[in-house]
Formats: sequence, C-alpha cells, structure tokens
Amino acid sequence: MVKPGIAPILGAMAKSVSSSLPRLFRDWFKSRGWKPREHQLALLEKARDGRSVLLVAPTGAGKTLAGFLPSLVELSERGAKTGAKGPKAGLHTLYISPLKALATDIARNLETPVREMGLPIRIETRTGDTPSHKRARQIERPPDILLTTPEQLALLLAHREGRALFSGLRRVVLDELHSLVTSKRGDLLSLDLARLFAIAPEMTTVGLSATVREPDDLRRYLVSQRDPGAFADLVTVEGGARPDIQMLEIDHKLPLAGHTASLSMPAIYDLIRAHRTTLVFVNTRLQAEYTFQELWKLNEDSLSIALHHGSLDVAQRRRVEEAMIAGKLKAVVCTATLDLGIDWGDVDLVVNVGAPKGASRIMQRIGRSNHRMDEPSKAILVPANRFEILECRAALDAVHEAAQDTPDARIGALDVLCQHILGVACAEPFRLEEFYDEIRSAAPYAGLTWEDYEACVAFVATGGYALRAYERFAKIVKGADGLWRVRDARVAQQYRLNVGTIVEATMIKVRMGKSSRARPGTVLPRGRILGEIEEYFAETLTPSDTFLFAGEVLRFEGIVEDEVLVTRAAAGTDPKIPSYDGGKFPLSTFLAARVRAILADSFEWDRLPEQMTEWLVQQRKRSGVPGERDLLVETFPRGGRFYMTCFPFEGRPAHQTLGMLLTRRMERAGLKPFGYVANDYGLAVWGNGDVSARIAREPEFLDDLFAEDMLGDDLEDWLAEAALMKRTFRQGAVIAGLIERKFPGQHKTGRQVTISTDLVYDVLRRHEPDHVLLRAARADAATGLLDVRRLGVLLRRIRGRIIHKPLDRVSPLGVSVMLEIGRERVYSDDADDILAEAEATLLDEALA
Amino acid sequence: MTALLKIRQATSDLDLQGCAMVLDVSGAVYLPDHDTLLVADLHFEKGSSFARRGMMLPPYDTRETLKALCAAVERFDPRVVVALGDSFHDIGGPDRLGDPERDTLKAVQHNRDWIWVTGNHDRALPASIGGEVVNEIRILSLTLRHEPAAGAIGEVAGHLHPVGKVVMRGRSTRRRCFLLDSNRCIMPALGAYAGGLNACDLAFSPLFPAGFTAHIIGTERIFAIARAMLCRD
Repeated sequence: MVKPGIAPILGAMAKSVSSSLPRLFRDWFKSRGWKPREHQLALLEKARDGRSVLLVAPTGAGKTLAGFLPSLVELSERGAKTGAKGPKAGLHTLYISPLKALATDIARNLETPVREMGLPIRIETRTGDTPSHKRARQIERPPDILLTTPEQLALLLAHREGRALFSGLRRVVLDELHSLVTSKRGDLLSLDLARLFAIAPEMTTVGLSATVREPDDLRRYLVSQRDPGAFADLVTVEGGARPDIQMLEIDHKLPLAGHTASLSMPAIYDLIRAHRTTLVFVNTRLQAEYTFQELWKLNEDSLSIALHHGSLDVAQRRRVEEAMIAGKLKAVVCTATLDLGIDWGDVDLVVNVGAPKGASRIMQRIGRSNHRMDEPSKAILVPANRFEILECRAALDAVHEAAQDTPDARIGALDVLCQHILGVACAEPFRLEEFYDEIRSAAPYAGLTWEDYEACVAFVATGGYALRAYERFAKIVKGADGLWRVRDARVAQQYRLNVGTIVEATMIKVRMGKSSRARPGTVLPRGRILGEIEEYFAETLTPSDTFLFAGEVLRFEGIVEDEVLVTRAAAGTDPKIPSYDGGKFPLSTFLAARVRAILADSFEWDRLPEQMTEWLVQQRKRSGVPGERDLLVETFPRGGRFYMTCFPFEGRPAHQTLGMLLTRRMERAGLKPFGYVANDYGLAVWGNGDVSARIAREPEFLDDLFAEDMLGDDLEDWLAEAALMKRTFRQGAVIAGLIERKFPGQHKTGRQVTISTDLVYDVLRRHEPDHVLLRAARADAATGLLDVRRLGVLLRRIRGRIIHKPLDRVSPLGVSVMLEIGRERVYSDDADDILAEAEATLLDEALA
Repeated sequence: MTALLKIRQATSDLDLQGCAMVLDVSGAVYLPDHDTLLVADLHFEKGSSFARRGMMLPPYDTRETLKALCAAVERFDPRVVVALGDSFHDIGGPDRLGDPERDTLKAVQHNRDWIWVTGNHDRALPASIGGEVVNEIRILSLTLRHEPAAGAIGEVAGHLHPVGKVVMRGRSTRRRCFLLDSNRCIMPALGAYAGGLNACDLAFSPLFPAGFTAHIIGTERIFAIARAMLCRD
C-alpha cells in the first residue's frame, strides 16, 4: 500500500479549524474528515504577519504541509483576485531540499491537495535531471512553486535573469534544515539566501527541522543578519509517541572488533520476515554490500530484499526507490542515502546495523518507520562488536531523553565564498562594499572580516597571489564605474560547470567485462556499468582480487581507460573485503561522553548485556576502568615489541591525528615506533622502545607526550606532507574554482589539461603559506578529516588526568584496538621508508 | 668533504651503452665523460598557461622548477646542459616568463653550452631564450630526444613523465622516477607542475620489451626498484 504522503498528517488532532483558514481549505479538510494541526495554523498566522519562522517538529508531524500551507492559501487568493491587489504572478514560493529525490517526492505530495481543491497553482521541480528546454521555460514562465536543491538555486542566481525571476518571491521553504546547515552546502545556501533577501526584501523564510540542540543557530540562519543577531520566530511541536527502540538480544558472543555483525544476520532476517517492510541501515557502502549478501544467503523464502547506496548506478537506485514506493519490497539494505525524510512507503521497522555514531542520526533513521507522529516508530539496534554495545546503550538513552548531538553552527568557509562571488558576478556587476554587507547578512558569514573578503575577491579575480602575474587573465575585473563584472561568457560557463560544494572522492565506473572468444584469458570491456567506486579504493586492488559490489562478488581484472573492469567471481568465492573506514561518521562528541560515563559508573553496567559486564569486570581486574574525564593509557610487551594503547573515545579522525603526532614524538624520544592504528574508541602504538620502562624512569614522560603543544610545530610539520591534508586542500581548490571539477566518467582529456593539486599544494605552501586557500584548508582540517579541534579539547580535558597502567599483557579493552592492526593503514607517509623497504625486498630476492 | 658525501648519497652511478651516467636526486642525469647535464620536461610557465584558461594556479612553478634546475647545475657545474623538450608548457611560454625568472635562466646559461631539444609542447623557441635549438642530438653513443622511439638503442628521452608507485604493507608512495634498461633511459619530468604517468602504463611496455628497473626519487636519495614491485594507480 502506498501511503498518500500528506493525508495522514493532515488527518490528526487539532481542536478546531481556525477561521484564519479560508473556506475552500476548511471544506477540503472536512471533506477528508481531517482537521489542521495547531502548528500548521500557527505558521499561517506567522506568514500573515510577515514573519520568518523555524518549525521544529518530529518526523511525521506534518512539517512539510505546515511549511506550504501559507503559500497555498496566498496563491489561492491570488487566483481568486485576478487584477486586484495581492501578490503578482510569477514565482511565489521556493522550496529547497538537500536531496533532489526529496524535492520530487514533495512535489508529488503537494499535487494532491492542489488538485482536489482545484487551486490554480503550478508546481514544478528543477534538479540536475530537468531537461534544458524545461529549464529555459521555467525562467521565461516560472511556476508558482518551484522545488529545487541548493546547487540549482545557486545556478539560478548566477543566471542573467536571476534577479527578474526572484524579484516577486514571497517565501522560501527550507526542508531538513538541520542537516543542511552543518556542511559547506549550508554555507552556500546561506549566501544564496542573503542574495534572495537582497533581491526580494519582503520575502520570508520557513525552516523545517527535526529537533536540534541549538534552535537559535537555525533561527539566525533563516533571517538576514543586517540586523545583527536577528532571529526567526520559533514554533515547536512536542514529540509524538515515544519510539519503540531496542537493542537486539544477542545470544552469541560478540567479537571485540569488526563491523559486519555477521552472527546477527539470522536474527535480522527473522525480523524482516516478521514485518511488513524493513529498512536496514548500515554505515558504509561496504557494510551495505556485505549485509545484503549475507541476507540473501539466508533468504530461503525469496523475500524481496533490495540494496540501495550512493555508488550504485542511478537507474538501479531509481528502480529500488520505485519498487519501495509501490510497496513491492520486503526490505532495503541502505546507507545514508536514505537517511533524509523521503516517504518511501509503509516502513514498519528500522534496523540499524553497527554503531549509531550519533544520537540525532539514529533518531532520523528511526523516524523512517511509521511515518506518523502518533504511532511509535519501531527500531532495533544491532551492535557488531562489544564497544558498539556501549554505543548502542548510550544512543538508546539519548533517544529516550530526546537528547541531540547536532554540531555547533558553522563559520562560513572561504572556498565556498569564492565560488559564490564568481556566481554573483556572472549574474550582474557588483559593488565591493555593498556586496560585503550582503554577504555578512548570511549568518555563517556574519563575522567575515574585510581582509578575508578582499582576499576572496582577489582570489576569484586573479588567484590572489602576492606575485601579481595574472592581472591580464583576470576572471572578474573592476570597471571605471567601480563595479566588478565577469570578464566573458566563458568564465560564466566555467562557473556553471563547477558549482556546488560536494566534492566526492574521484569516482571511477565499474564495468562488467566479457571474456574474449578470440583470445581466451582476455577480458573485453563489453558489459554493462554496475556503478562507481572511489578511485583510491580501485587503486588498492590488484588483478584477481575479489570484492563485493552491487550485490555480487566481483573479480578485479584491471583498469581500462577510465573504468574498472570486472568479471563475476566463481560461485562460492569469498570476497576479499578490503580495509575500509570503520564508519564514515565518527562517534559524536555527545555520544562519546555518554559512553565514557557508562564505562566510568559500574552501576550503569547492570543495564548492559551480561557479556559486556563480564568483559568490563575483567578489564577492571586486569588493568583499570577510566573515570569520565580520565585517559587510560596501557603499556605492555607483546611478541618482542612494546605497545601503548589509550582510550580517548573521541572518534577515529581525532585518534588518527593523535596517533600520527604521538609517533613523531616517540620517534624523537628514541622509542622507535613502527606504527599505530586507531578506531572510534582508542588507538594503539607499537615499536621497539619499552614505554613502560621509560615511564618508570621518567614519571612525567607521559604527561609530556600528551602535552597540548603537539598541536603546534609537530602538527605543522606533519601537515606539510599529510595525505589527508592534501585531500582536504583538493576539495577546497575545486569548490573555490582553482581547478575544474572532474566528472565521473569524464574521459581523460590528456595530461596537459589536468593538474595534480598535490603539486599545487606543495608549491603554494612553500611560497604563500597564508594564502586564502591554505587557510581554508586548515580550517577544514580542524573539524574534518583531521578533527584537530576535537583533539585539542581532548588534550585539555586529560591534562593531569592520565591513568597509566603498565601491564605484562594486553588488557580486555586493548584487544579491541589491537584487532584493528592489519586491517588498517599504518604509520608513516614517509616516502623514503617505503622505498627503502621495497628496495630491500628486491635485494632479499636477489640474495635468496 | 660534506658536499662530496652529499653528492654520493643523492646520486646513482650507472652505465648506458658504455656511457657512464649519474642519476641525480633532482631528476637530472649527468654524463661525466662529456661533462653534460640532461634535464627533461621542465614545463616552464605551466601555471600561467592554466591561468589563461581561468585556472589561477600559484604563479611560482617556473621559480620552483628553476630552483631545482639551478641546484643540479650547481652540483655538477657542467660544460653542457641539454633540456630534452617540453621545456615550456606552450609556445607562448617564453613570452610570459617573468623578468626575475628570465634573469635566473640567463645566469644559469652563462658560460656553458645550452641546448634546447624541442618537444610536443614547444615545437619552436624564440632566439631570445638563449642557447641552441635542435630536434635531437647525439652525445657519445647516446641519442637525446624528447619522445622515445620504439626500438632505439642508446637513447635518453623524456616526454612520458614516469612515476613509480610502491605499496609496502598498506603504505604507499608515488614518486617520479627514471626508467632504465640496457638500451635506454626515460627521464622524469622536472617541472614543478608536471604530472606523472604511472610506469605500469601500457605506454612504456613497447619501449622496454624485456622490462626495466625504476630508479625512484626519494626525499634524500634514489632507490632502485624492480618492475615487479611497482603498482598501478
């Protein structure tokens, strides 16, 4: 059964239909036997008063309709009073969603009331898939309501007709605002909103959001900050029925590491069988592939279980989505691609495999089941290892308290600003001072300094280098009238191709090969495209390696031109699942603190499964259990090497950075470290030097080792070479428009038009270490892949609170980190080390 | 003494068709019997070439490349320098050269024979750039040209920008390298913005029918790595 989207939302509660609702609408509500909800009417009032508003409501509360109701009412009045006063014809309401699928879905749902009330309202979507003739027509004859994405809005604003198109705009509805504002996409959207406020000062905004920790951040985001600190009004809907959420009863011993939950698959399968439609969420694409594979091995009833993740071919994803909406699927194994609020059909159970990583994320996922506020959502958490039991426990507690871990408001990224400046210049000339004020009216950029702004404008014009070598190639130029304008149409074309802030890892297509009949043993690239994988993943494969993709075990044959060529592996082949990130999302600070609290309080242990309690009791006996703010450091010998493990619980990115910095320091201290591994909970470093002995000799050694000053020179030295930093720089360089975006499947156009950003990074770092792009990259590194900010907080927290346990062997806690060894990349980006080892291998062979 | 030590560490001594050859960590080759230094694929002014098309790469690549070139010239103080083609990223490159860079180039050319071999990026060079312009040149038993020719014997060429990728126990590095067998040497690109072509690429196989050894340029010295140890990208 397909659920008619808005219908059940409208049907619920509310005491009486307010008279603010026109008769047509009241009758329609009545004809369906429904009553509007209070918050829906509240938003109508706010709109009449010309107020912008943030609506915070749980999933299923009818947020979307509440957001659109004022527009539908106004537009119905506009239709009724042709010629009279009231809003002009033209684009009235703009709806922005983070996903184009969501935009399409909402458009479909809106059509129902519009059709049934016979409203003269034209609703259209505009996404990357919209054909060009329709795009052109949308600008000439805009619909009343346009549903689109932040990238498409940026493109519209960069259009020469942008100002005309939006001049009569009355309202912007921003859906899933909580998820948009936490990224660079949110930065870009904030700048576009600032532009819209400049073009249509009368317009108001409606932000729709799930419950967040700091609604004020979102309220500022929604209104122009020309009036510093201005807020949108807030309408809050209290949560509906409490979710029915549990941890899977586990009857087997869970492993200490790993993320596959292999032994829980039969239980998950039984759950799928017992429910109407189940969404099985996992954290990474590879987990999705694995889970899908395992479920099908068990699938004796031939249940329709499908797979959905962002790397699959679009056509295949669409088929799964359509089957889901049509109610034809029993279960879908999916990744974050299905996280957001799309109405996929009648889901009655959500299973989350692996660690939840964040309280807000898990609530969002749970909300996918029973998309009705008044019925409890049902969800089961399936921990894959023992640490994940702790994490699941912490998440369950958070869900019951409706606690949130949404991140802090962002400071607008400079690379995004560079992109925006070029976009605006493509639309119309701008005056430097005026535009500065406009930009600062966007909340994330409210604190932008004039110096940074000028640096960004200079970057867009000529790269903004101290050596002014590119004046004659400038992309934007200041005219005699004091206005900055884009140099020529080619620059605008370049902008259009590079718009957006999502820089995926370079992807490479996966094509099924066919064996050549003429030349046995040769595989020809003749089969279909299965989807795409990250280039860096493809780089780790060697011919005859097997891996899971698109629900099959594939054999890697090689890279032919720009494609990965694969064949189907022989039946029964085990895929060689390569090392992968334990979860794309690191453990949130909030959940980490809860996990530490559970660990620290042995009364809490009673609430954990027995195997977990036993394990912790063992840990207490053999080593110790850290207090809430402590850092436990264990040192022990093993197999002729010396190990140090520690457990900060600050997420893998911060731990990796810590591991890198610790090994550098230990190297200097003569402890000869060989390598380190990190997971979300802790890290292990090993080497030739006896750390226990060293600490016995110098009691302050450990405090010095973990001293905060490692974030100074050590960090700088490492950043110079760090591959992660280079990747961060590349993303910023693409967003800012330094280099052109590479499109998946785009053929190599020859070496002369591609440039390695690693080379650019090296040169720029040597000549202009303070260049705006390097500053942007450092700001990103602080919160992103390197999570330096969180590491800083950690180092301050543990000052004077390091608990050292010298042991004769690995502790129960330590085992879980040690198990990561071998599946992780290890220490050292140092080229000479690697090369020397390769050279020595050759010598060994020669001498053998 | 220290300087000598440094040279010893940073170079590899080899022999190609009876010619002594020193591979330098800068990416240059020194031929002691002819007191000649070879460099390849400098790609001067690649940054400004991109800037013309709206990609404003940092305008310091020519400087960086010159710095590497000058360091190599200083180390060997050769009588002859041969640049093996693609010395400029495009025909307009010499005109865009900044004044300080032009002066540096003049200074390094001073008191020695300077030979520009033409390449596909710089089929012609203006006289103002100094030195002699040739399509290819023979020195001792070696033919020096830009683009390697299949079947050639005793050839030193550039054009392909070889890089070697090595993966050891999950750690990987990708660096510029010299490729050698007993017949030929393909030199790495010296240009700061010159990208690389993986030595495992099919483009190299016809040139080395019996395989090659990659001399990969590390941070401090050069490492001889067997073909079998190299990985694809």
